[in-house]
Amino acid sequence: MPDAIALKTADGRASGKSVSGPSGPKPKRVISPRNIMLYGTLFVAAAYYLLPLYVMIVTSLKGMPEIRLGNIFSPPVEITFEPWVKAWATACTGLNCDGLSRGFWNSVRITVPSVIGSIAIASVNGYALANWRFKGSELFFAILVVGAFIPYQVMIYPIVIVLREMGIYGTLTGLIIVHSIFGMPILTLLFRNYFASLPQELFKAARIDGAGFWQIFFKIMLPMSLPIFVVAMILQVTGIWNDFLFGVVFTRPEYYPMTVQLNNIVNSVQGVKEYNVNMAATILTGLVPLVVYFVSGRLFVRGIAAGAVKG
Amino acid sequence: MNSSVSIRDLSLNFGAISVLKDLNLEINDGEFLVLLGSSGCGKSTLLNCIAGLLDASDGQIFIKGKNVTWEEPKDRGIGMVFQSYALYPQMSVEKNLSFGLQVAKVPQQEIDKRVARAAEILQIQPLLKRKPAELSGGQRQRVAIGRALVRDVDVFLFDEPLSNLDAKLRSELRVEIKRLHQSLNNTMIYVTHDQIEALTLADRIAIMKSGIIQQLADPTTIYNKPRNLFVAGFIGSPSMNFLRGEITKQGDQTFFAANGVNFSLAHYDTPEVLQAGRKVILGVRPEHVKVNENLGAEVHDATVDIEEPMGADNLLWLKHAGHTMSVRINGARRFSPGTALKLGFDMSLASIFDAETELRL
Repeated sequence: MPDAIALKTADGRASGKSVSGPSGPKPKRVISPRNIMLYGTLFVAAAYYLLPLYVMIVTSLKGMPEIRLGNIFSPPVEITFEPWVKAWATACTGLNCDGLSRGFWNSVRITVPSVIGSIAIASVNGYALANWRFKGSELFFAILVVGAFIPYQVMIYPIVIVLREMGIYGTLTGLIIVHSIFGMPILTLLFRNYFASLPQELFKAARIDGAGFWQIFFKIMLPMSLPIFVVAMILQVTGIWNDFLFGVVFTRPEYYPMTVQLNNIVNSVQGVKEYNVNMAATILTGLVPLVVYFVSGRLFVRGIAAGAVKG
Repeated sequence: MNSSVSIRDLSLNFGAISVLKDLNLEINDGEFLVLLGSSGCGKSTLLNCIAGLLDASDGQIFIKGKNVTWEEPKDRGIGMVFQSYALYPQMSVEKNLSFGLQVAKVPQQEIDKRVARAAEILQIQPLLKRKPAELSGGQRQRVAIGRALVRDVDVFLFDEPLSNLDAKLRSELRVEIKRLHQSLNNTMIYVTHDQIEALTLADRIAIMKSGIIQQLADPTTIYNKPRNLFVAGFIGSPSMNFLRGEITKQGDQTFFAANGVNFSLAHYDTPEVLQAGRKVILGVRPEHVKVNENLGAEVHDATVDIEEPMGADNLLWLKHAGHTMSVRINGARRFSPGTALKLGFDMSLASIFDAETELRL
């Protein structure tokens, strides 16, 4: 039994057979310097970001008399949802006293078509640039990407003129077109790189099978591209929903998006500063991107898992 | 013989880089042609040109007598199988097989018939409802072959179809591809860098290097009468033994002389071209060297340097007259390093190349 002998000497003890090396559950040390450092840092970072949110929520649930006491960290003695209702429905900006609701619906009417339009165009752009190389396609792509590095502010005045000449300055259509165009460079880059990362042989196989430009796009490429569409959607929804500059520049007051409406409520100079209403309004405005993150984050992970076919 | 695929003066450039140069190739009806070469030699590029996935810079391609140089891939009457299988991951096997037919608006009844037939030939009926991710590598490649099969094409194109499979599956599928060719009798063009696949499958092999076909011949000719030094060194494992030397004459006898050793060339297949004083390279395959038995008239001395037993064969690395030489013998015959051996060379199977042009004489 040379094996058993070797085992004995290697183990340093006279074990019978088959047991070699350490056994049993892996020992765990909960409190170690490494863990204290790790969790300590994470806790501080989390608190740093969560504290303002906590203050906002707490303040929005207090009445004004309680806020005037000045204890911003103390939880509300008497919880009231009055500020939330007011922020949504009756807060005044200038002559209008219908709160954020008007801005909310404007933002929906701006965001939905802009997101759909920009993603639809950019995905086809990216697909064409990745798979149907044509003469000058690289140059075209380079020029498009340069657009991502030009500050928006530089282009505002020229765009105002262009929209005026087209007769759509101050309309929702104008703003939607502007949002779609400004999403193009980064989205095209995103889609092109994603489609370029898909196996080229799939595209070749589809061509041999006789599928054309649109058939390959809709039947082969799209079903494999859920993850990148979710990423693009997250980018666009948050970007367009949170936009303030274009909203205030390219629209008239009755079409102001939620962010502009929020600004007008918060920065209203008449009367008393209603901190609770301002806090509630701010949270309400930020809610949509938050929901998008939470809902699509899970979809995003599932999309990646479903799309993972090892070649 | 009818020509199935005909390539005339085909050139392809990527920018300033020339990948294919004035390439001419006639492929017969029902022929199994293998394009063989190391990576970057242009063999896959040529296949993509035939498929219509790459546009030629110059020259023409005819399939079944029709000029298809500018036709779309689908109109060329070809089916293609890729190295990475290229199955559509979101579709079931059945959908994968029928996709091309549905695009071509073939009636559903006909689609079902052809899919069933392909599934039967390739024995993938139980897999029809599965997704590609649920298949093994070998099964995926079968489906990929099926996708070419259902299209009822004249020419099959294979782009290194077995390279992603493990060794055992590779040899199994190799046999199946050969059987498929025997039963269908379609023209098949097969790209590979694996010489075993090339030698076993091909009716003819085209060996390529730097976008030029070095030799186009049947496997036996390629193996026994390589046209130049590159082909001789590329085919065969281990590689052919090359000895540099020159031709000498003694009376009416012709010899190859290298490092002070003479080899009689009396049995070389074309002795008349061997002028005295010509600088040449002698090529001898490892299995064409006799060890200790049946030596013939001329006997050489050698010692064993390294022995590599490979089961059926035994590979000896010998020291012979100042150079190293590999010799393949029966696996049962073993020699330990340092053993002195007697060698005999079968010159009727040897090749002699011009040292300058590297062409076979």
